[in-house]
Amino acid sequence: MSRTLQAPVTVAFDYTRSTGPVIGRFFSGLRDGVVVGGRTSAGDVVVPPLEFDPVTHEATTDFVEVSSVGTVTSWTWVPEPVKAQPFDRPFAFALVTLDGADVPMLHALDVASPEDVSTGMRVRVRWAPERIGAITDIECFEPLAPGEAEAQPLVEVRASASLETKEDDVTGVITTVSLDYNYAASPEESLFYRGLNEGRIMGQVCPTCQKVYVPPRSACPADGTPTAEEVELSQTGTITTFCIVNVPFLGQKITPPYVSAYVLLDGADIAVLHLILGVPADEVRMGMRVKAVWKPKDEWAYSLENIDHFAPTGDPDADFDTYKQHL
Amino acid sequence: MRDVAVVGFAQRQMPQFDGSPTCVELLVPVFKELYEQTGWTRKDVGFWCSGSSDYLAGRSFSFVQAVDAIGVIPPVNESHVEMDLAWAMYEAWIKIQTGEVDTALVYAFGKSSAGVLRRTLALQLEPYTMTPLWPDTVSLAGLQARAGIDAGLWDERAMAEVANRSLTDAEKNEYAIRKGGSSVEELLARPMYADPLRKHDCSPVTDGVAAIVLAAGDKAREVRERPAWLTGIAHNVDPMGMGRDLTRSPSAQRAGAALDLDGVEVAELHAPFSHQELILRRELGLGDDVAINPSGGALASNPMFSGGGIRVGEAAKKIWSGEADKVLAHATSGPALQQNLVCTLEGTL
Amino acid sequence: MGKQPAAVIGIGQTHHRAQRKDVSMAGLCREAIDRALLDANLTLDDIDAIVVGKAPDLFEGVMMPELFLAEALGAAGKPLLRVHTAGSVGGSTAIVASSLVQAGVHKRVLTVAYEKQSESNAMWALSVPLPFNMPVHAGAGGYFAPHVRSYIRRSQAPTHIGAIVAAKDRNNALKNPYAHLHNEGTTVESVLASQMLWDPIRYDETCPSSDGACALVIVDEDTAKSSPNPAWIHGTVMRSEATSAAERDQVNPQAGRDAAAALWKQTGITNPIEEIDCAEIYVPFSWFEPMWIENLGFTAEGDGWKLTESGETAIGGKLPINMSGGVLSSNPIGASGMLRFGEAALQVRGAAGEHQVDGARRALGHAYGGGSQFFAMWVVGSEKPTN
Repeated sequence: MSRTLQAPVTVAFDYTRSTGPVIGRFFSGLRDGVVVGGRTSAGDVVVPPLEFDPVTHEATTDFVEVSSVGTVTSWTWVPEPVKAQPFDRPFAFALVTLDGADVPMLHALDVASPEDVSTGMRVRVRWAPERIGAITDIECFEPLAPGEAEAQPLVEVRASASLETKEDDVTGVITTVSLDYNYAASPEESLFYRGLNEGRIMGQVCPTCQKVYVPPRSACPADGTPTAEEVELSQTGTITTFCIVNVPFLGQKITPPYVSAYVLLDGADIAVLHLILGVPADEVRMGMRVKAVWKPKDEWAYSLENIDHFAPTGDPDADFDTYKQHL
Repeated sequence: MRDVAVVGFAQRQMPQFDGSPTCVELLVPVFKELYEQTGWTRKDVGFWCSGSSDYLAGRSFSFVQAVDAIGVIPPVNESHVEMDLAWAMYEAWIKIQTGEVDTALVYAFGKSSAGVLRRTLALQLEPYTMTPLWPDTVSLAGLQARAGIDAGLWDERAMAEVANRSLTDAEKNEYAIRKGGSSVEELLARPMYADPLRKHDCSPVTDGVAAIVLAAGDKAREVRERPAWLTGIAHNVDPMGMGRDLTRSPSAQRAGAALDLDGVEVAELHAPFSHQELILRRELGLGDDVAINPSGGALASNPMFSGGGIRVGEAAKKIWSGEADKVLAHATSGPALQQNLVCTLEGTL
Repeated sequence: MGKQPAAVIGIGQTHHRAQRKDVSMAGLCREAIDRALLDANLTLDDIDAIVVGKAPDLFEGVMMPELFLAEALGAAGKPLLRVHTAGSVGGSTAIVASSLVQAGVHKRVLTVAYEKQSESNAMWALSVPLPFNMPVHAGAGGYFAPHVRSYIRRSQAPTHIGAIVAAKDRNNALKNPYAHLHNEGTTVESVLASQMLWDPIRYDETCPSSDGACALVIVDEDTAKSSPNPAWIHGTVMRSEATSAAERDQVNPQAGRDAAAALWKQTGITNPIEEIDCAEIYVPFSWFEPMWIENLGFTAEGDGWKLTESGETAIGGKLPINMSGGVLSSNPIGASGMLRFGEAALQVRGAAGEHQVDGARRALGHAYGGGSQFFAMWVVGSEKPTN
């Protein structure tokens, strides 16, 4: 048996980014198949444009169109691409100074091997088949075909007046952030979840303050001591306090209204949070005596969800004085 | 300014920690070790500050549970930075300078192995035009290494020399997770990984925690015969954009220039890639007479969010033991040495 | 050696909205920063160091965003710190920024706190599902509602007290052009008629989710001389405890009580309700006003709701609370604490406009975070502190 329970978890969200006017201008250009740089107060053309000038700190307002052809100023080989990189096969990341720009920009360079890249080589933008106003509208850079370097006319840098804000400028972009983690429970939590998998609620006692913690803790929050001696808790307890949930939320498994409550199991010194069912929500009370109702055994896992909910025992309510110090 | 010294340091490092992402299980024994070093209890600590990242843990508020390791009844004077331990130490040093407290314990934790670290760190980049390409940490370092090679500032041999010395020195460091030097020739004969980087040019993915104790004046003298006095500390940041001159680290230079580096005998530099040590030596003006990273440095192990602070702890040990009278410690954060902190520690005031 | 005197001479904030689609993260921060610098009559070039605060990085999906923001915020070439102490972060960040001046290390510090919550979904970011765990809470409201119920039970408060707070704060917000919510005609009755979300918390008793930023310029005594109305920092305190512990008081947490006691001691205040002219406290759910009144020691335990019910926490009352409209009217989480600290400073500078409390000379700024476990507070005054 491994020391701790582990399981994969993916943390993913599609972020809705507002770009502001400067990045928006850059993205609008990409969507339209042109690369737009910003001119700094020092006269340098920077791609992508800086939102604020590094010297004056004013917002960038001077935009220029640069070439989609440029020169590699540095590169690195990516032998083992990670998820969501521009290619899922080996490729290069490169810094490329586009003609008309003064500093390089970062993007992928599509070449078959490190032997096909060199600093100083001429490359061009390979546009994505469908462009939406995002950095990925540039699929990658690719080497110029033999002889193409001389044939490619340098785009004349246009004055800012020709780059006025347009109605359909990009103002936002959606960025998917999806990260895979291997989540591990602490050894103490693992004890708790393993107990649940056997139909038991396990706690531990803090050797310093003698409080019974459920779940057990790697450090007793009162004194920093790991909880130790195992105790199996009663499956009956008292509702200390609760709320009636009337709102739907992401990941919710039960249809509102329902009651989430702190249940102080008999013998424990800290309450656990769980659901109360088997009674109308508006009849749940502080002090109500409840017992664990388990899911069918074949649905058990290493989870607190093995306990489907807590339901009233029908016993008289506990006196307020017996649990008021747990609020 | 008040005289403040590093008087305690403890660490745990490993390739893969099997416990919780908040690393409470590792912090408890580290704190215990520090109470033994100082003779204090938690109630002798005036201020606590931690460093960590929610994205390393994969959940919001990952630092919240970590305070359990302190034992927080009664409640404590505490803060948290989403930064490396070295900056948590800086906040604590400031707190002591205000006169509000005389002592501080700072800690940091990170379970780098929970995700794919070099990919997770792509979330540190500019989110509009960089992160969507997921440039990984190793690639960004590769671009920087190449820039220096092309400019003739260093070569693969110089990088291999750094790696060989680090891995050789790491043999004496019980916490190092990669160790064992061979020869520059042997390292150069190994295959290229992320051209121009070989695997030994890159720090290994490391899990771990570390903690440092600071004390002012007589409180420090009570703990140690030779406290490591923090005679200077400064930090600085550069723009993130990869369009900058990657062969330089102006923020490291500025941080170093704010301090008196004359007479530094040992420097613990937080260089997660071999060529970054070469950049840092140049920016800090460290001559050949300065011993670099006797601990083995970040190429031997580099737990995220404590890797910088560990440099401070390792440097302080040289003062405590009397091996050196003036040492330098450095921490970095962000891609390609974007943010840097430098401090000097001395045995005599 | 004592703390060097420090004062707030510049305060800036954004117009807070559910979605600030017109700006990027940098643009949002700069809106607040530029207003604060204008107020302080300084430029970014005058600033020695920058302290950034915000709540979880998962909100915007950027790890340590201060790194990519560094150049846009004017921090390149300067020291930059990033604080994160959960919901109290805006307050903690202001305290860290002040300490840079109080330590004598810097003379002119800029601090900015922000949240661009519209980039994701706060409820998602705060409760990413974890293996083995069971999602029971329904966001922050679901977390705090049981503790509100405990307060009501313990104090025997009438059930409409929360509605009194909500109506007051929403009407105060009408006087604040930066506030997110401008709900005309909010009354105790209309609040009571709004949907019960997390019983006992109603819809109108909850904070909104906002995009917004706040910035402060904090300077040393010499620099403060150039300001016609500096807000002097009289005291700052931070205290933390655990989210959950055996027999932990979650209604009246010890960390809050200890923090307040330390703050009053630091500032020489022996009778807070008499000596504090107004307070801007972190009230994301209406009932936290009476809860924090007690926790802060403005009244005895169990009596906070009586102060609220008497109307004395309205502008013009004995202890005006949340003159700006409070968290109930604007809640860019990372910035919310700094907005409280900033409002306290605006009041003692006499610069709070329509929501000014007449003659405010000493004010409290308060923030809390996590499960009512992280507390940050300061007292600012129109006079330089004598202690």
